[in-house]
Amino acid sequence: MASITLKINNKNYTVDADPKMPLLWAIRDLVGLTGTKYGCGISQCGACTVHLDGTPVRSCSLPVSTVGNKSITTIEGLSADNSHPVQQAWIQEQVPQCGYCQSGQIMAATALLKKMPNPTDKDIDAAMQGHICRCGTYPRIRKAIKTASVLMSQKASIK
Amino acid sequence: METITKNISRRNFIRYSGLSGAALTLGFYLPASGKNPGEELMSGSSAEAQGIDLNAWISIDTSGKVTITNHRAEMGQGSFQSVPQIIAEELEVNLDQVSIVFAQGNGKKYGSQITGGSSTIRGNYKKLLKLSATAREMLMEAAATQWGVPRAECYAENGLVIHKGSGRKLGYGDLALAASKLEVPKDVRLKSPGEYKVIRKPMARQDTPLKTNGAAIFGLDKKLPGMLYAVIERSPRFLGKVKSYDGAETMKVPGVKHVIKVNRDVFGNMFEGVAVVATNTWAAMQGRKVLKVEWDDAGFSYNSTEQLYTKMKEQVKGDIISFKTKGNFNTAFTKAEKKLEALYETPYESHSCMEPLNCIANVTTDACEVWGPIQGPDWIQQSLSNHLKLPMEKVAVNMTFLGGGFGRKAFTDYPYEAAMISREIKAPVQVVWTREDDTSMGPFRPGMVYQCKGSLSKDGRIAAFESRAAGQNMNQQNPNADKSGYNGSDTEGFLEPYFESIPHYSFGDAPLDSTVPVMWWRSVYASTNGFAFESFLDEMASEAGKDPLDFRRSHLGNPRYQELINKLEEVSGWKKRGKNEGYGVAITECFTSIVGEVVKVSKKPDGKVKIDKVWAVMDCGWYVNPDIIRAQVEGSIVMALGAATKHAIHFADGKAVEKNFNSYQMPRMTDIPEIDVHVMDNEEKAGGVGEPGLPPFTPALTNAIFDLTGKRIRVLPFVLEEV
Ligand code: FES
Ligand code: FES
Repeated sequence: MASITLKINNKNYTVDADPKMPLLWAIRDLVGLTGTKYGCGISQCGACTVHLDGTPVRSCSLPVSTVGNKSITTIEGLSADNSHPVQQAWIQEQVPQCGYCQSGQIMAATALLKKMPNPTDKDIDAAMQGHICRCGTYPRIRKAIKTASVLMSQKASIK
Repeated sequence: METITKNISRRNFIRYSGLSGAALTLGFYLPASGKNPGEELMSGSSAEAQGIDLNAWISIDTSGKVTITNHRAEMGQGSFQSVPQIIAEELEVNLDQVSIVFAQGNGKKYGSQITGGSSTIRGNYKKLLKLSATAREMLMEAAATQWGVPRAECYAENGLVIHKGSGRKLGYGDLALAASKLEVPKDVRLKSPGEYKVIRKPMARQDTPLKTNGAAIFGLDKKLPGMLYAVIERSPRFLGKVKSYDGAETMKVPGVKHVIKVNRDVFGNMFEGVAVVATNTWAAMQGRKVLKVEWDDAGFSYNSTEQLYTKMKEQVKGDIISFKTKGNFNTAFTKAEKKLEALYETPYESHSCMEPLNCIANVTTDACEVWGPIQGPDWIQQSLSNHLKLPMEKVAVNMTFLGGGFGRKAFTDYPYEAAMISREIKAPVQVVWTREDDTSMGPFRPGMVYQCKGSLSKDGRIAAFESRAAGQNMNQQNPNADKSGYNGSDTEGFLEPYFESIPHYSFGDAPLDSTVPVMWWRSVYASTNGFAFESFLDEMASEAGKDPLDFRRSHLGNPRYQELINKLEEVSGWKKRGKNEGYGVAITECFTSIVGEVVKVSKKPDGKVKIDKVWAVMDCGWYVNPDIIRAQVEGSIVMALGAATKHAIHFADGKAVEKNFNSYQMPRMTDIPEIDVHVMDNEEKAGGVGEPGLPPFTPALTNAIFDLTGKRIRVLPFVLEEV
């Protein structure tokens, strides 16, 4: 066991964890932030996606000891009031059904749009292919990413 | 709107309503000797005075807030939204004035609470409309009395009663107490659909914002003080027993607290396993990795996929148990000149909800409380009450959000495991199924084999039709079950008018005996029957030299079906389809909804088949929210696409082979065609929306592939790239 400090959503959390424990379980069971989901545990579904210094990673397959002082963003850190354009787009397009996969989908979409503000269908395919939605919300996810791209450019032009 | 989960124990709901300041409570009760059980309305105050339990009710408090006890578990099918939308319509309030209290499991009080059989709206909407309209009338009456004006001069809007002449207004909160003293009016007029303002509008789901910021609490997210986490090593062969186990290494893993034997009740069969209980999920998983268990597999045969399907293929050729017949199929078929037959196979499937199974239980000496993603709270309450020998009122069942259900979470096995562990270790515990457990432990959708036979008359109509099914009957799994009966779902999926237009038919089945646990999977037997029926009808149409859509049309005289076909033809551009395009159609019905789908396929430059587009027309009769219906049909199509072209559960050496998404492959973003869903507008009885969109997709796809390539696909799943 080791004492490990994690910087999650701009806040420091110190946990006593087995260094090999995946970040996912440290976030969920030790820190108590439950928006990040367990789906497969083997990097197949994307439900556990968080950002590490802005890059999407599979927290189920990342030992907590390897995170170091990198900054972690979870769905809770995107915005609690749903003001982020990707969250807005998700609500506008009524994407979620059961909603379980959506934290991961949203984190992946956010990272994509940061890198590519106007993604093509091919870009969306590539970024989202690793994310499973058993409820089959894929057509709406695609639509919502395009909506979010528009919302973000509107926001940028207002600024 | 807000949602609360409250533990409303039996008989104290009025006290609960009182605490939250409810002034007017109105609900249904079960008259002791009534002709229409559950159809009688009564105010909360009379119920309280007479000591009668209401079984469903709305309350309006002095601030005008409306509370409805939600009867149904939320599992992504939108009942969370539909119920308040119905209430808001007839009560004339805004959606944000309505809150839902998830009622605890109590079969006696609420009727069946299982969200399954697509019955959320189907069973309840008329009651909810009547309840809301009656409350509105009472509030109007109270206002009219207070003002001393005729009630006809008043109307209700946005939670206010308004006097037309003077423009005077009173809020429901101010009227609720006076209204509660009035007699409950009978036979209040309900709006006609043309007058709807909220129903039939694509209102945004109220739970969406909770699902975009991580706030929604699913079963796996729920935590109790002092709660431990358990994972279970279950016998990989379904009926295997624990011969011995050694938890010494496991106990050395930091965080592991207990290693204990635990059973799992699957339709009366006791499955065995060993639980590892720890202070966090991962520690429990690590402990399980070093656990040593020796299994005793004596006394039953090891199933393999090959054995199961060989047996079923024999069975469809042998004796079947007749379910439904007309005329004389055998004579008609033997005499016929133009006849055909075909064999169809569908695989075993896992539900694979995105949220793996899990449940929390806290069992004390005289009570049990559970929290989890639960579709069937009243069944769980009953089952735990029996197993723990506790009175029903000492068993409380709390429903969280469900990360998918598809029927799997309408079962009692995983809460049972949690309760047994909690009882033994005397602490609250959450049982977590890993993805591997969830994929490979069942119960599964049963694998099926169908033999269809049919003959055609000289003018190209169906003269005779037979379906002989073989597969496990989910109702015959209890060790004491009577195994001589037919499967009551043998015709599920078949369109009603065919029973009139086909002069000779025969449906029946031969149940397969196997230790593989099976259960309902989204759309149940229709999900597999539909593939056989609609594929075979297409083969008959082709044999008759008819257009597949016209062939169906000529056998479905009922206007409701004709309208659906016309709509499908129009939206899909069926008649205008171009060269090098394959079009396939299928229409099925289940849970009293009819769905027709057309799939368009073509060849990619490399010659491989791709799906271009799917059109779906859903006729679910009376409905609430068209956008939720569209979402459900989209989801059903994606789920069907997975079962048709991506995944199947196989068995080898008595164990399920596929364990996680690397071998049980799901459809992903690039697999999804454009999907265009239309909803029919009519006044027919409300049908299900969560399941009926699933069965027609696969046969429409394989029929389209036949149209394009001339190749019939009769065995599922198949690889689209390899057609
Ligand atoms: S849980 Fe991490 S990818 Fe599935
Ligand atoms: S919304 Fe249910 S799994 Fe994606």
